[in-house]
Amino acid sequence: MSIEARGAQTGPVRHLLGIDDLDARDITQFLDTAEVFFGVSTRRVRKVPTLRGKTIINLFYEASTRTRTSFEIAGKRLSADVVNVSVSTSSVSKGETLLDTVKNLEAMHPDVIVVRHSASGAPHFIARHTRAGVVNAGDGTHEHPTQALLDAFTIRRAKGHLADLVVTIAGDIAHSRVARSNALLLAKLGAKVRFCAPRTLLPIGVEQYGAEVFDSLRPAVRGADVVMMLRIQHERLTEALIPTTREYARTFGLSRSVLAEAKPDAIVMHPGPMNRGVEIDADVADGERSVILDQVEAGVAVRMAVLYLLGAEAGQSPLS
Amino acid sequence: MSPSPTNAARVVMDEGAVADALRRIAAEIVARAPAAPGPVLVAVRRGGIPLAARLRALLGQDVPVGSVDITLYRDDAATALPNPQIGRSEIPFDVDGRRVVLVDDVLFTGRTTRAAIDAVMDYGRPRAIELAVLVDRGHRELPIQADYVGLRLATAADERVEVVADGEAESATVRVEVRGPRAAEEPS
Repeated sequence: MSIEARGAQTGPVRHLLGIDDLDARDITQFLDTAEVFFGVSTRRVRKVPTLRGKTIINLFYEASTRTRTSFEIAGKRLSADVVNVSVSTSSVSKGETLLDTVKNLEAMHPDVIVVRHSASGAPHFIARHTRAGVVNAGDGTHEHPTQALLDAFTIRRAKGHLADLVVTIAGDIAHSRVARSNALLLAKLGAKVRFCAPRTLLPIGVEQYGAEVFDSLRPAVRGADVVMMLRIQHERLTEALIPTTREYARTFGLSRSVLAEAKPDAIVMHPGPMNRGVEIDADVADGERSVILDQVEAGVAVRMAVLYLLGAEAGQSPLS
Repeated sequence: MSPSPTNAARVVMDEGAVADALRRIAAEIVARAPAAPGPVLVAVRRGGIPLAARLRALLGQDVPVGSVDITLYRDDAATALPNPQIGRSEIPFDVDGRRVVLVDDVLFTGRTTRAAIDAVMDYGRPRAIELAVLVDRGHRELPIQADYVGLRLATAADERVEVVADGEAESATVRVEVRGPRAAEEPS
């Protein structure tokens, strides 16, 4: 509805670069469409012919098993041809610039490019240089919109709605594109967001997210409907910003005892990969409140919805 | 807006005629294969929903009813604008070895039926798939025909045949209207 409505003014949604670009109606549209694809994934034939003849390129400049696999399965369940390009096997390691890589991919006429890059804004750059639809699969510390959508989808399935829920996001907020995209999305749909992290792991200008900020986990979890744990990002040198892993775990790790502070029906989420015993105890991660594997399952359905809504239109419009 | 002469509706089946047609179709469905296992009904969304509900009321409440949405199976899905309003396909029973009767309101080009057949096959392997429609208006673009037809209607290709259902499911009253070609500026 909103996508068609907007088509009259600025053209249909061609890219998914960030939650920041979406309004509540767009988000609800993605989530409602994902419900249909969730059903497809439970059938005997888990595949529909919708994007037959379309080509999707997964362009991953950062290692990722879960997200790349999820996009690949999503594309294949829509009958698209999916090509994976990963950094270690590509000419990137031979010194080719991002622009040259994009121009070369463009010459092969992909319909959608799914991109993960360590530089914030890389997907936006690619979107300006291709006819294909571009999906941001995580750019630096900026955004990870499909993760936020699948988290919202998981919460909505568990709770029935998002408005007025108290959602605690705890961990390395500063470096987390997941935290950023989730905070933006949850605020747009009327949830109340809490951030919990050591000062050193909070982003500059944390106030702009409208989140309540806590410096230890127990009070941050008190009365929460959703507890979302983030990992310490070794690859972004987070260790330098915390005293020791053990001390971090004591103040910011989610144990059964801390979780008892949350609402009795609270759910526990983690975008993965988990560091068991650091930000989350194993018995919580595997416990009855955990929806961590539901998130992974939702990921395929949500990405099918994104590829469906972008994929049919993509590749048709001229370069602006 | 007052209707111009070209888009004034002409009723070709009123509720009485629809009820007669559905009774005849139900009898034909039973007559074709009276032995077990009995038929299952799968409505093609959304026009087939009230018709399938009324057929079930005639066939007996133990006849399973499901529905398919063909949006993801359209042959123009990859070139048309995406339709974000995809309905849920719900076939809450096993179609393996069953006799599936697809139920739709109007049979026209046959493309919707082709898509619906593909959708059903993705749920299993039925013993047979049959097609029941309230109106067959001709102008087929695929080699598809209905097994049960309420009314065969000669139409011009640009006329519109609309099955109008007032009310919910099996208690809906249904009539069939024909209108002239859509005016160019009229939204589809």
